[in-house]
Amino acid sequence: MIESHATTQEVHGHRALQHHFENMEQQREAGTIGMWVFLVTEIMFFGGMFLAYALYRNMFPAAFASASNHLDITLGAVNTGVLILSSFTMAMAVYFTQVGKQRPQIIALVLTLILGLAFLGIKAVEYHEKYTDRLIPGHLIPGASFGPAVQEHDQPMDAHKLHLLPGATLKQVEMFYWIYFAMTGMHALHMIIGAGLLIFLIIWSMKGRFDPEYHGPVEVVGLYWHFVDIVWIFLFPLLYLLGRHFEH
Amino acid sequence: MSEHIVSVRVYITIFLALLVGTALTVAAAFFDFPWRLNTIVALTIAVAKATLVVLYFMHVRYSARLVWVIVASALFWMGILFAFTFSDYFTRHWLSTGY
Repeated sequence: MIESHATTQEVHGHRALQHHFENMEQQREAGTIGMWVFLVTEIMFFGGMFLAYALYRNMFPAAFASASNHLDITLGAVNTGVLILSSFTMAMAVYFTQVGKQRPQIIALVLTLILGLAFLGIKAVEYHEKYTDRLIPGHLIPGASFGPAVQEHDQPMDAHKLHLLPGATLKQVEMFYWIYFAMTGMHALHMIIGAGLLIFLIIWSMKGRFDPEYHGPVEVVGLYWHFVDIVWIFLFPLLYLLGRHFEH
Repeated sequence: MSEHIVSVRVYITIFLALLVGTALTVAAAFFDFPWRLNTIVALTIAVAKATLVVLYFMHVRYSARLVWVIVASALFWMGILFAFTFSDYFTRHWLSTGY
């Protein structure tokens, strides 16, 4: 019996094939479907926050526009580009694994990691600006509770002061920043987890673990990475761009 | 292996389309459209970009039917989440009792 098992392994088996799967294709497909089920739970998780955003924006339209206009549109747009480029390099990493080119695969993964870290770096710069402008909501930071300087109409424009549109109050602006930090913070946490997963992929691909038959992990991390990209594709216009047209 | 391998050409095309979409959404944000069209334009571009990512970068276009069902179920439940909550919040002022 042991002998016949060994023979089956030699004929059909790939070293990465788990015993509960018929073949590599079934194994990979099961992994992909499992990842998609997880992503559905992620969609619902972020969906709840998008819902909160929609409700509060509808309640406090002027405050949301004022608060949004204070965000740095250039950094936001650059970060969108960085993330889209990282999604492209991730897709290329999957491609190079599928066609069995190890070196380009490693390069694509490393580029994805670098771009992911660049995104987090730019995000950190933005967070720091919000910190110096006293826009961190509530009392999250000891000694720097929420209290931005408000731009008065008779004074020269100051980029660090909050320009309140008619009908907006500071309390409502604070609500925007709770949602802003919850959503971008959760998104950044997903990026950090994604960067961690990429480090594993890079180590494994340097050990030559993946080939055209076995690349489930690269594919699955790719799905996760693209999902995080999609969340940002919605966050960028909803958080950064919603009030720009009022400024004219 | 019956796995479909998406070509580099397609990936580059999608990447460029996503960049164009980003530029469009930034440009559109500075136009003062009537009514709530600013939000609608921004969301339409975002949905289009997300669809490209899902279909090509995430290979759903070439994936098993079951993956399509799973993706559709996510959108369906998101729809329930938004529709039922909005139907509550946005009709509250119809009553004079307030909330």
